[in-house]
Amino acid sequence: MRLDIRLPIGALFTVLGVLLAVYGLGSNTTIYQKSLGINVNLVWGTVLLVFGLAMILLARRGLSRGFKLDREHPAKTKH
Amino acid sequence: MNLTTIDWIIMLVYFAFVLGIGLVLKRRVKTSTDFFLAGRAIPAWICGLAFLSANLGAQEVIGMAASGAKYGIATSHFYWIGAIPAMVFVGIFMMPFYYGSRARSVPEYLRLRFDEKTRGLNAISFATMTVFSSGISMYAMARLIQTLHILDEPFQRLSIAPQWIFHVSIVFSALIVLAYILLGGLSSAIYNEVLQFFLIVAGFSPLVWLGLENVGGWNELTKRVPAAYTHSWAGMGSPQTNPMGVEWFGLVMGLGFVLSFGYWCTDFLVVQRAMAADSMSAARRTPLIAAVPKMLFPFLVILPGLIAIAVPAEPPPAVVASSSNPPQHRYLGRGLIPPKIDDSTGRPKLDENGHPVLDYDLAIPNMLLHYFPTGLLGLGVTALLASFMSGMAGNVTAFNTVWTYDIYQSYIRPNASDQHYLAMGRFATVFGIALSIAAAYAATRFNNIMDMLQLVFAFVNAPLFATFLLGMFWKRATGHGAFFGLVSGTAAAALHHGLTLPSGAVPGIKGAWLGSLLHVYPSEMAQNFWTAIWAWTTCFAMTIVISLATRPRPEEELTGLVYSLTERPREEQLAWYKRPLALGAGVIALTLVLNLIFR
Repeated sequence: MRLDIRLPIGALFTVLGVLLAVYGLGSNTTIYQKSLGINVNLVWGTVLLVFGLAMILLARRGLSRGFKLDREHPAKTKH
Repeated sequence: MNLTTIDWIIMLVYFAFVLGIGLVLKRRVKTSTDFFLAGRAIPAWICGLAFLSANLGAQEVIGMAASGAKYGIATSHFYWIGAIPAMVFVGIFMMPFYYGSRARSVPEYLRLRFDEKTRGLNAISFATMTVFSSGISMYAMARLIQTLHILDEPFQRLSIAPQWIFHVSIVFSALIVLAYILLGGLSSAIYNEVLQFFLIVAGFSPLVWLGLENVGGWNELTKRVPAAYTHSWAGMGSPQTNPMGVEWFGLVMGLGFVLSFGYWCTDFLVVQRAMAADSMSAARRTPLIAAVPKMLFPFLVILPGLIAIAVPAEPPPAVVASSSNPPQHRYLGRGLIPPKIDDSTGRPKLDENGHPVLDYDLAIPNMLLHYFPTGLLGLGVTALLASFMSGMAGNVTAFNTVWTYDIYQSYIRPNASDQHYLAMGRFATVFGIALSIAAAYAATRFNNIMDMLQLVFAFVNAPLFATFLLGMFWKRATGHGAFFGLVSGTAAAALHHGLTLPSGAVPGIKGAWLGSLLHVYPSEMAQNFWTAIWAWTTCFAMTIVISLATRPRPEEELTGLVYSLTERPREEQLAWYKRPLALGAGVIALTLVLNLIFR
């Protein structure tokens, strides 16, 4: 059983995205003076979350197709 | 710097994942091939990102931003001239021999192609170099943690004396890297490098976004900095008319050909990532896939440096100076770049013309502090730490492989069982890291020794590409030719450096240590490039001369090792976008376009 790297990447960015976005929702807006008034925690947290979920989705699709495609001979794996 | 709970949580989550990957991979490491070559089972895109990330140490991130602040967009030559062509070359032309010969390391290829002494020379110098590089990486990280006061507050709360920050930073980073390599070997290092790649992109791109937003976009940025800063080729006709002090010939030959090909095509640190690929075509695609993000990296690492000098001059209070005592005088920095502070007087250092000496290395850290609120700041600092660790881990995995296969198995204990070499690899990881720690402490004590060592490594590396080029493409090249070519190339580099000097420098570590001074270069960079050109040319010529005078190896022994005696890898069955030649052409075309846009 191989480890599909997209899973840990997806999981890490999902967790980081949720952390940042939730913190951004609850945080005092005065800290955003630094970032030109943009609530970057919320915005960037959402971006990371979407990226993380997309990675997990890709990994799951890859898994259901059988992850170990023979990359040299794709014809062999087609049924 | 004031990190709050959310910042620490982000950092902890990252470290948990790093160690988690090591733990998951532990079950898969059963043979030495699993440990040192990741079982040769990694898909191309993962190898490609690791290929890129292993080279993306924090020195690169911090150094390139510093250079961006100092020289502007011309720094992108280090990518578009100094990396991309070599990456395309190694993928298309050299990987068939590295991967196809089943050599387990670059020194081992040298033994297959040439002889034992050439391998020994390369293995020993390379192993020493990796240990020192990872030590320097560790040292730089500990210094940065000190300068940014990242650990000051938690240390105060635990009432530990602040002197311990340096030691704790070194030991902590060493332990993390040790743990994940020990557990999963090269696969673990590669998987973590991919993770670090995404983290670095995620952590630094908001910096570019906010920075550009603040100065009012690219067009506004070009108006705020001198014109030479936003053109990479303007003024390259003569060293006097561009900030780097190099002319185009020295740049293209020295950086673009000798140094860049010497690094990307022969350094086992990066080549090892491609050797771990699951097939020949994946191995060939590895550097080509890496080249795509590589050519876009200037926007991520050089642009912040440029923005740092373009934002309004008076720094906000959050910006740190390079000394612990805050300056009480008029601000002498440039944008977010503070002047260097003389520790003995507490005043900014001035050069001979009375201008302040700027601490460009603080470009990235100060940008982080300037734009990132708590939360995102945690992500930025984590990205910085991740880049330090990927640089360190790359060196350590290259070290344990070369040590075990090329030194231990060849000279100390041949013919042992595979399990024995696997155990040796784990043990080598431990003592490699221990040696790196020793090197990090040596750097704190003897700064000159570090500079000297780096100089020596530069001499050793400069001629390498000539040896590989002749080895792979000229079947007549012999072992004696390769060995003495390398030695004479290194000697030529030392000789050239010992007889020349960059302008404004005094004889010593900067050159002219042989007593007489033959030529003065307009900048240190120009001197470095020309040292490399001399070394390469000498090695190339000497290898040819000595090879012609010595007996060649029979052709049947060289099959698979030399271009003319090796069957071309077949790639008709691959989709067009997976063919190395098509990918390589695309990469080169894109690089040309970038050069034209930012000429």
